[in-house]
Amino acid sequence: MKTKTLFLIAVLSASLFLIACPSSEGPNGGTAGASDEIPLGEFSSLTGTTATFGQSTHNGIVLALDEINAAGGVNGRKIHLYTEDDQSKPEEAASVVQKLISQNNVVAVLGEVASSRSLAAAPICQSNKVPMLSPSSTNPQVTQVGDYIFRACFIDSYQGDALARFVANTLKLKKAAILTDVKNDYSVGLASFFKQSFTKLGGTIVAEQSYSEGDSDFKGQLTSIKGAKPDVLFIPGYYTEVGQIAIQARDLGLNQPLVGGDGWESPKLTDIGGKSLNGSYYANHYSPDDPKPAVQKFVEKYKERFGAAPDSIAALSYDSTYMMIDAMKRAAKIDGPSIRDQLAATTGFQGVTGTVSFGPDRNPIKDLVIIAVKDGQKTKFLDMPPPGSESAAAPAAGSSPAPMTGTATGTGATPMGSATPMGSATPMGSPQ
Amino acid sequence: METFFQNLLNGIALGAIYALIALGYTMVYGILKLINFAHGDVFMLGSFVGFYAGGWAGRLLEGKGGVANASWFTFSVILVVSMVVCAAFGYLCERIAYRPLRDAPRIASLITAIGISFFLEYGGQFVFGPDPKFFPRLLEKKIFNFAGVTTTSYQLIVLVVALIFLVALQFIVYGTKFGRAMRAVSFNFETASLMGIPTDRVISLTFVLGSALAAVGGMLWGLTYAKIDPLMGLMPGLKAFVAAVLGGIGSVPGAAVGGLIIGVVDSFVGGSQFSTYRDGIAFLILILILLFKPSGLFGRTTTEKV
Repeated sequence: MKTKTLFLIAVLSASLFLIACPSSEGPNGGTAGASDEIPLGEFSSLTGTTATFGQSTHNGIVLALDEINAAGGVNGRKIHLYTEDDQSKPEEAASVVQKLISQNNVVAVLGEVASSRSLAAAPICQSNKVPMLSPSSTNPQVTQVGDYIFRACFIDSYQGDALARFVANTLKLKKAAILTDVKNDYSVGLASFFKQSFTKLGGTIVAEQSYSEGDSDFKGQLTSIKGAKPDVLFIPGYYTEVGQIAIQARDLGLNQPLVGGDGWESPKLTDIGGKSLNGSYYANHYSPDDPKPAVQKFVEKYKERFGAAPDSIAALSYDSTYMMIDAMKRAAKIDGPSIRDQLAATTGFQGVTGTVSFGPDRNPIKDLVIIAVKDGQKTKFLDMPPPGSESAAAPAAGSSPAPMTGTATGTGATPMGSATPMGSATPMGSPQ
Repeated sequence: METFFQNLLNGIALGAIYALIALGYTMVYGILKLINFAHGDVFMLGSFVGFYAGGWAGRLLEGKGGVANASWFTFSVILVVSMVVCAAFGYLCERIAYRPLRDAPRIASLITAIGISFFLEYGGQFVFGPDPKFFPRLLEKKIFNFAGVTTTSYQLIVLVVALIFLVALQFIVYGTKFGRAMRAVSFNFETASLMGIPTDRVISLTFVLGSALAAVGGMLWGLTYAKIDPLMGLMPGLKAFVAAVLGGIGSVPGAAVGGLIIGVVDSFVGGSQFSTYRDGIAFLILILILLFKPSGLFGRTTTEKV
């Protein structure tokens, strides 16, 4: 009786949902809640402070599901997507995920971008034994919630380490100054991981300063940094502040390269910073100008459908959807535990953002891309492979000059040897 | 030593903007004993008008190299447009929201001011969109270096423009008939009206003047810091309020000096290990001033009141 009522509620709410917002129903025309469709949940920040993140995530998922359903779904069963908006609020994320699980009976959940919201939803998925795959939450704690929680992006410790290797080995700069956003866990975490790896590689941190998200004036901090005479500035913040920091740094005569993480990724980065960002580098999950055919096909389809180039959040959610479906295809039964086991067994998954295998901690082991910024253009600079696979990533002769800047050269001579500059003898964009 | 002078210079440039906003708080308080909490949001409005006017000028100048090569003339026109729009808003605000409450308890006006502030902040999010916008570069930026201390043409513009408006205001308040009327109204509202001073008009003009100065502050802020958003007025507005209290609320030179002090403190704290507590330290100053010298640095001798 109870399950019947629940089912009725699910059907009713699904049809209400369809009537209310036909556009978000996207790929799954036809009747909702039909028993042969597999219910998949998505929670995204479609409105609120990080609405652009949620929109990109949603677009990536919709694009992937369209392709999957057009190709016959999972063993003949189509996927029905239930999308919930968490309004960029963690408490809202928890309640909409509860709703997805208890009312829509979803077998798996995709989301979120912000780690705080993924952390709010993860315990609910864990206790209901519903696998959750976060496309782009980088805080390490997210997957530590339990064995049902996965992520598709690299984590901050991995990113901080890769950036430290990039600065110390590729750029060969030894004195770094760090400017952290203290209000932001992401920034604080990334700064400490960078510091740890950078000092291990023989570098020194000559200055550490901080600001708070939303600040506009950074001149005091930058003046102190200038006094410490660093070779490079590490700014693990978000694009809005980074653009302003770049302008103010150049105004103060600080012309050193600026280096940051994936928080820089936004079309607005160069709108704000303009030429002040010349000679800056940041880590990213993928680059839309990567010549790999899989990437180009995705970029083309996305542009055709949404009229804009996909950002890495869209690329990650697109990959996440395929990874989840891939696990469902291999699962003996479409239920939480079987999908979870197959998801955990993912190895060598070929996605837009690289080749993904899950480690025992349910974090992916994958490449990271370094992007160079010049005159408002963002171009792929090189691939940073995972630290364990340096030998596999045999770089070409160290003499070939890297594009974009004179400071970076091939890294063949360095012991870590972990970076392969584009334009070296390695064919462009070939996977490591 | 270089670091010291660099911080001092940055602080003065920031303080000049705070001073322009603080003047609006001080003038309105001097006359109405009302803290116009919406004033920081008028500053935001000034930035946004500059942003849209700049975009419009950019389209007009399309064939001549765009807004990046705009001349001083274009900059001045945009500045005047922004001042006029904010002045008109200030006038309407006083006419519609504050005047009907003139005889109500003062707390009613204060709550109304907070209401207008929220109206502007969230109305701004609705009209302009909540995402940050980027102020056009209306003038060419040059970087100068004097013995290790770096400054930009923008910083110099901020200082010069702020100075021009401070001197102009000082002249209006102490050298014109309207200024005398203003001082009379602030000295004693009822006596002034008995003497035939059109108090309503004086109050309206005070709002107009204060809002126009906030618009100048908003334009200079946009030029300096590039990023503007509908909630940007909150913190500069509160800091300018602290500056006004520090200088002695009701005193024009007090607001200017208070603004500069808060700007310099901001800059030095920003460069220290306590940069995170920068805003907190500004309010610590407010608390200390209220505890030990509530009349502010420039006191309040009745004849000096605005």
